[in-house]
Amino acid sequence: MKRFLLPLAAFAVLVGFLAIGLTRDPRDVPSPLVGKPAPAFTLPQLHDAGKSFSAADMKGRVWLLNVWASWCVSCREEHPVLVEFAKTGQVPIIGLDYKDKVADARQWLDKLGNPYTLTAVDADGRVGIDYGVYGVPETYVIDKQGIIRMKHTGPITPESLNKKILPLVAELSR
Amino acid sequence: MTPELGHFALILAFVTALMQGVLPLIGAQRRRTQWIALARPAAQTHFLLLAFSFACLAQSFLANDFSVAYVAQNSNTQLPAIYRFAAVWGGHEGSLLLWVLMLSGWGAAVSVTSRQLPEVMVARVLAVLGLVSIGMLAFILFTSNPFARLLPAAAEGRDLNPLLQDPGLVFHPPMLYMGYVGFSVAFAFAVAALISGRLDAAWARWSRPWTTAAWCFLTIGIAMGSWWAYYELGWGGWWFWDPVENASFMPWLAGTALIHSLAITEKRGAFKNWTVLLAIAAFSLSLLGTFLVRSGVLTSVHAFASDPSRGVFILILLGVVIGSSLTLFAWRAPRVSAGGAFALVSRETMLLINNVLLVVAAGSVLLGTLYPLIIDALGLGKLSVGPPYFNTVFVPVMVPLLLLIAVGPLARWKHADLRDMARRLRLSFVLALLAGIILPQLMGRWTPMTALGCLLAVWIASSTVFQIAERLKIGGGNAPASFWGMHLAHFGIAVFVIGVTLVGGYQEEKDVRMQTGDVVSVGGYQLRLLGISTAPGPNYRASVGEFELSKNGRVLKTLHPEKRQYFSSQMPMTEAAIDAGLTRDIYVSLGEPLDQQGAWSVRVYFKPFVDWIWAGCLLMAAGGFLAVIDRRYRLRVKAAASVPASVTA
Repeated sequence: MKRFLLPLAAFAVLVGFLAIGLTRDPRDVPSPLVGKPAPAFTLPQLHDAGKSFSAADMKGRVWLLNVWASWCVSCREEHPVLVEFAKTGQVPIIGLDYKDKVADARQWLDKLGNPYTLTAVDADGRVGIDYGVYGVPETYVIDKQGIIRMKHTGPITPESLNKKILPLVAELSR
Repeated sequence: MTPELGHFALILAFVTALMQGVLPLIGAQRRRTQWIALARPAAQTHFLLLAFSFACLAQSFLANDFSVAYVAQNSNTQLPAIYRFAAVWGGHEGSLLLWVLMLSGWGAAVSVTSRQLPEVMVARVLAVLGLVSIGMLAFILFTSNPFARLLPAAAEGRDLNPLLQDPGLVFHPPMLYMGYVGFSVAFAFAVAALISGRLDAAWARWSRPWTTAAWCFLTIGIAMGSWWAYYELGWGGWWFWDPVENASFMPWLAGTALIHSLAITEKRGAFKNWTVLLAIAAFSLSLLGTFLVRSGVLTSVHAFASDPSRGVFILILLGVVIGSSLTLFAWRAPRVSAGGAFALVSRETMLLINNVLLVVAAGSVLLGTLYPLIIDALGLGKLSVGPPYFNTVFVPVMVPLLLLIAVGPLARWKHADLRDMARRLRLSFVLALLAGIILPQLMGRWTPMTALGCLLAVWIASSTVFQIAERLKIGGGNAPASFWGMHLAHFGIAVFVIGVTLVGGYQEEKDVRMQTGDVVSVGGYQLRLLGISTAPGPNYRASVGEFELSKNGRVLKTLHPEKRQYFSSQMPMTEAAIDAGLTRDIYVSLGEPLDQQGAWSVRVYFKPFVDWIWAGCLLMAAGGFLAVIDRRYRLRVKAAASVPASVTA
C-alpha cells in the first residue's frame, strides 16, 4: 500500500532539507551595502581620543573594517585569528569598537593582543547603524575606491579568512 | 571526584539503556519471560543512574567547581544559589542531560504504574523508550559531555547568560521538557502496538492518560515561557512566533490532535492508523524541536553558540528514530482493520475535523518555521518569516476549530441528531451574538476581529456551562473525572481567547521620554516618574526607576522597573515592572538614558485582560490533569481482552 509510505517519503524530504540547512549559516545574511560606497564616518581613536579617524583616510587602499567589542564573546574566539593574520601585514585592519567602554576595550587589547592598525570608537553605535551591524563581530572588506566588497558576519575562522577574505583582498589589491 | 562519578553514572546509564532497549524487545518476540521481566528493573535503574548523574552536575554547580568546563561557562561565584542550580540546564550539555533524565523518568513512571497492563506490552514500551535513550545518551557522551574537565581550572566562571537569570529559568525548561519528552510514552505505546501488530482499543486506552499528562506539562511549559518572554524581554508581547517557540508549539498542536483522536480509537476503534501516525508525529516534532534548537540551523533568540558536528549527530538520531518508526508504520498499517462505521453527523466526524484542522495548523507552523531554511537550501536567497505570515495562516484555521469546540461534545458517537444539537446550542448562539455586538462596545471600540473573538469565547464558555448544567440535572455526581476535565479545558480555551482578543484589540503602548516629575497617561491611568536611582545587585548594578501609578488622582501603587548591567556582560537587561490585575496589566519598562539631564526613554503599556491568556492555559492543563485521574484508566485490563467497539461515553 503506497499511501502508507507517504509519511516516510515526506520525512525523507524534510531530512534532506535539514541536512543542507546544516551546511548553511543562517546568520550569514547578504548585506545590501555590498557594492555600495562605505558610509562615511569620523570617530575618535581608541588609544588617543584627541585624534580622529575617518573612513575617507583609507582611500586608495584595500582595508578591513572589523566591528568588535570587549563584551562580545564570539570576538574572543575570532581574536587570535586576527592577531595571527595581522602579523603578515597584508592588509590594514581597522577596528570599530562598538558600544563599548574605552577602558574595557583598551584592557581587552592589552590582554589579548592588538591586531588593529588603529581602532575607532563607536560608543553610541551610530556608525554601526549606518553599516547595518546586527551582530558582533562583523568584518567588511573595502576596496581602493571606498566601495564595500564583502561583509562577513560572525567570527572569522582560519578557513573563512583563507578561502573567502584573502582571495578577495588579493584580487582587489591588484 | 564528583564530576567523575557523574560521568561514570552517565556511562552506566547508557549501558542500562542498552539492556532496557534490546533484551525485553527480543524477549517479547521470543516469549522469554526472564528477558521480558528485565524491562521494569532496567528502566528504574536507568532513571536512578541518571538522577544521580544529574545530582552530581548540580553539586558541581553549587560548589562552584570551575574545573568542569560546562560549569565554568555557565556559572559564577556571584551567581545566587538558586540560579547556580538552574544553570545546570542553562546551556547545551546540561539541557540535554535534563532531557534524557525526563525521558528516563517517564520510563520509570510507566514501569511502576503499569501493573494492569500485559507484561509483553510493558516490555515493548519500555524497550522503545530505552532505544530512544540510547540515542540521546550517545549524543551526550560522544559530543556533549557536561562533565568534561577544564584543566587548569578557571579562577572564575563566565557567568550564566543574564537573560536566563530569572525565576523563569527555574521552572520553564523542566516543565517544557517534561511535556515534550513525555510524548515519548505515547510514541513508545504506538510503536509497541505496531510491533505487536495488535492495534486495538486497549492500546488507545493505555496511552491516553500518558499522552494527556505530557500534554498538560507541555501546556504549562509553553505558557510559562510565554509569560517569561512577556515580563523579561521588555517588549510586552506574549508570543513572537520565534522558531524555538514554534518548536514547542508544533508538538503541542499534534499532541492536542492526538488526545482527541485517541478518544475515537478508544471508544469506537476507528482511525487506528491515523492515531498511531499522530503519536509518532507528536514525538517526532519534539525531536525536531530539539534538533532545531540544538543545531543552530535557524536564527532565534534562543539559539546560542552551536557546533555543526552536533547538528549532524542529532540529525542522524532524528533520521533513525523517526525513519524507523515510519517504516514500521508503512509495513504494519495496511493490515489494520478500519473500525466502526459512522454517519456524516457524528462525534467521529467532529473529531476528525478537529484533527484535520490541528494538523493543518501544525503543518503551517512547520512550513513557516522551516521556510527560511528551505529557501536557503534551494539557493533562492535569504529571508525570514514573521508574525504576519503566522497570523494570516493560523487565525483562519483556528476559527472553525473554536466554533467546533462547543458543538463536538454534544454530538453522539456513530450518529448524532442535528436538530437536538441545534436546540441545545440555541441559547449559546444568542449569547455569543450578543457578546460579539456588546462586549467590544464596552471596551470602547467595535472592530470585526474583537467581535469575532468575543463571540467565539462566549460561544465556547456558555455551551460548556450549559452542558455541565444538563449533566447535573440528570445526576452529575456520577460524571467521570474526564467529563469535568474536558469541559474545564474547553472553558480554559474560552478564557484564553478572551485574553488574546482583548489584549490584541485594546492594548495601548506609549514610548516616551521622561524626566523626574513627568507624567504619562495610558488606558485611564497616570504614571509619574519620581526618580531613577542606582542600586547594586548580587552580580549586577541596576538603574531603578520609581513610578507612581494613579487613577483619577488616587495613588494606587509604586512601580520599580530596572535596567540591569550584569558584570559579566555589557548587554543591559530590562526588568519590567508590572502591576497585574484581573482586567488589566500596567507594564513599565526602562529604555535607555537619553541625556545628561537624567531623561530616559520609557515604554509604558496598558494590557487589558492579558493575564487571562495564561490563566486560560492553566485551566486547560488543570482540565487535562483531571482527565488523567479518571478511574477507568486504572482498571485492570484482562490480558486477552480487546475492548469491544460498542463502549459509549
